[in-house]
Amino acid sequence: MIRHQLVIVGGGLAGLRAAVEAKAAGIDVAVLSQVHPGRSHSGAAQGGINAALANNPEGHDDTPEKHAFDTVKGSDYLADQDAVYQMTQDAPPAIFEMEHWGCPFSRYDDGRIAQRPFGGAGFPRTCYGADKTGHYLLHTLVEQAYRRRVTMYIEQFVTSLIVADGRCRGVVAYDMVHGGFEAFVSDAVIIATGGAGRTYSNTTNAIISTGFGAAMAYHAGVPLKDMEFVQFHPTGLYTTNILMTEGCRGEGAYLLNDLGERFMEKYAPSVMELAPRDITARSIWTEILEGRGIGGKDYVYLDLRHLGEQKIAEKLPGIRDLAIHFEGVDPVTEPIPIVPSQHYTMGGIDTDHDGVTVLPGLYAAGECACVSVHGANRLGGNSLLETIVFGRRAGKAVVEFLAGGGGRAAPAAAEVAAAETLASVQTRIDKLSRAAAGENAYDIRTEMIDTMKLNFGIFREARQMQEGIDKLLSLKERLPRIGLRHAGGAFNLDMIRTIELEGMLDVALATAVGAFKRTESRGSHARTDYPNRDDEHWLEHTLALYRPDGPPELAVKPVALGMFEPQERKY
Amino acid sequence: MSEARFRIKRFDPESDAAPRYDTFVVPYEGNLTVLEGLFSIQERQDGSLCFRYCCRAAVCGSCAMYINGRYRLACQTNVGQLPAGDVTVEPMPHLPLVRDLVCDMTDFFAKYEYIKPWLIREGADEPEREIPQSPKARRKLDMPIDCILCGCCYSSCPSVWGEENYLGPAALLKAYRFEVDSRDQARRERLPNFDNERGVYRCHTITNCMEACPKELNPTEGIQWLKGAAVRRRLFGRLK
Repeated sequence: MIRHQLVIVGGGLAGLRAAVEAKAAGIDVAVLSQVHPGRSHSGAAQGGINAALANNPEGHDDTPEKHAFDTVKGSDYLADQDAVYQMTQDAPPAIFEMEHWGCPFSRYDDGRIAQRPFGGAGFPRTCYGADKTGHYLLHTLVEQAYRRRVTMYIEQFVTSLIVADGRCRGVVAYDMVHGGFEAFVSDAVIIATGGAGRTYSNTTNAIISTGFGAAMAYHAGVPLKDMEFVQFHPTGLYTTNILMTEGCRGEGAYLLNDLGERFMEKYAPSVMELAPRDITARSIWTEILEGRGIGGKDYVYLDLRHLGEQKIAEKLPGIRDLAIHFEGVDPVTEPIPIVPSQHYTMGGIDTDHDGVTVLPGLYAAGECACVSVHGANRLGGNSLLETIVFGRRAGKAVVEFLAGGGGRAAPAAAEVAAAETLASVQTRIDKLSRAAAGENAYDIRTEMIDTMKLNFGIFREARQMQEGIDKLLSLKERLPRIGLRHAGGAFNLDMIRTIELEGMLDVALATAVGAFKRTESRGSHARTDYPNRDDEHWLEHTLALYRPDGPPELAVKPVALGMFEPQERKY
Repeated sequence: MSEARFRIKRFDPESDAAPRYDTFVVPYEGNLTVLEGLFSIQERQDGSLCFRYCCRAAVCGSCAMYINGRYRLACQTNVGQLPAGDVTVEPMPHLPLVRDLVCDMTDFFAKYEYIKPWLIREGADEPEREIPQSPKARRKLDMPIDCILCGCCYSSCPSVWGEENYLGPAALLKAYRFEVDSRDQARRERLPNFDNERGVYRCHTITNCMEACPKELNPTEGIQWLKGAAVRRRLFGRLK
């Protein structure tokens, strides 16, 4: 049994920012991560991070209020407005802090941080480092974690939460390098494990973005909020769904259909390619459905050619490399084939704006959490911001929780619960290892991710969703027939990926049921059978409550309004 | 439908007496990356195969391997673009092994930590504005900040093979990244950690690191800059 005051699951931006905060306050903190923290999916973020710095001449009078308005409007009024304003106020100091810690932002001639236009923003507000902003921010925080000697357990796959007397008291993890399971007993746990993109087959997300961290909280009785809101990024590479940043369009790239038209003129004439992601993704998909995909196929072009080689080299070098390596297309001379791709999980573990969940001692931050600051549609540049703002706030909240006596509760009960959880995980693995290999976990996984893509995609409709839910439930019934084909040892991918599958399936069901029950269209949730937003009935969050033997139960929760009156959303 | 034949080096130091090569045939349509091929084998043919993975888009540095005798990221390597014949996949050589294609990176990251890979500057807490940096000063960082810490350069460096305490190209490139940063005020704080018998003088400009780097970076250039800085410091008391 290993003991720390605070265990953080996940070493991406949110987890590391929380760790740095708690460590600075003298807390004994440990980060457990499935990969070396520098390899976390935060590092794949490209375009930038929003803050009302007012560095760009066009945005010289930018304010956190304006940033909040754009975010709330972008969210289709589902975001909690107090939380959004909190985030936009925290944004400028958070950027300056990351900059002082060494983050290599791109600069203007006068030495200030450069800002580029992004979708759904009134003017250039997105701070960036070329098109590798996530990589630069992540490495900066990894560096700070080393500098502050944060304890890091690297390549630990966390399987379960330890709960004693209604309080979260640690985690059980599989040590991938040495093999074997270990209990980590703590006074508080922060989950910061990222999104659930891999529940879809057409995602931009890293392979480790399974949603498993959110599933652990969900299994422990914490609701998942607004899971039906799934962001499709307008521009994923056609064959691999690898992200082509919104920064391409921020720098002036066009979207073109088979007729060579800049079709966004029809859908968002005032902002064209810089409409918010939900609207842009739907526009592209409509072009494809109406037969104007390139050569009648299911993709359109992202055209950078008119930007010229020099601007591409300076502002979008990573995009050029990715397009060449993964699509065989050089954007300097050819348009890039792209297709809308699952990109971001707006929903997640239900928290307040300090990362607090309903389970005492359990906190969550980053994409796995739902505060909610993104509502029904996240604006580009707000997810990196969310990680460092709410990572810090969750770290601070734990410090206060521990100072207020949160650390003094029943250590003996925690140890008993830890031993029990460890034993039950081991029993389960033994059982899986002994089972005859009846079902192949990867068949089930493939059917699940294809169901999510086809039945819960950009456009949704009741009958199709009902079929999808039935399919997911039938897959859930097949889970107990899986047998592992490799037992024990180090780096047992068969075991990790089988355990992950169970969590992924429950998270997918939460998305599916939320989408089916929400009889309106709002932000990313577009129903052909309910095409309008319905503020009278649905200006509220959904909460999915885990039920082991069937679909989740759904409850609702009010949206925090007060700053901005909901209006029709037009661009 | 096409087929690719993978020849994969397998070894579990816990249980195997010696490494062996296993052969798998992977059917595919369209394109197949080496990483996709490894997943297909792990899912359909041999559940015991192990390898590192994460982003599958060449930004996380997890899947560095030795493929057909060259350092590559498995996710960025298209089977169709390799010469005809078997796709031979081995772990990065000259590193301790966990199992199969997974190397032990403990020393690699210990050396990274040793050179103090963070911006050293007084009074960094709760700043009210950014530290100004000209685009020209910022451009000096373009090359070293793109390092993904995959370990290819480190595995490829004969000086690392010959001297286990040598910090190696990746850690020194990181030192360079901060020493050339106009905002860094380390002066003498980081210097002793690369200006020593474990540090820059063990680089003999063999330049394997440049050839190995999947991001086409130039650690050798950074190390030569550090050498120059260290020598100037000794001769004239000046670092930058």
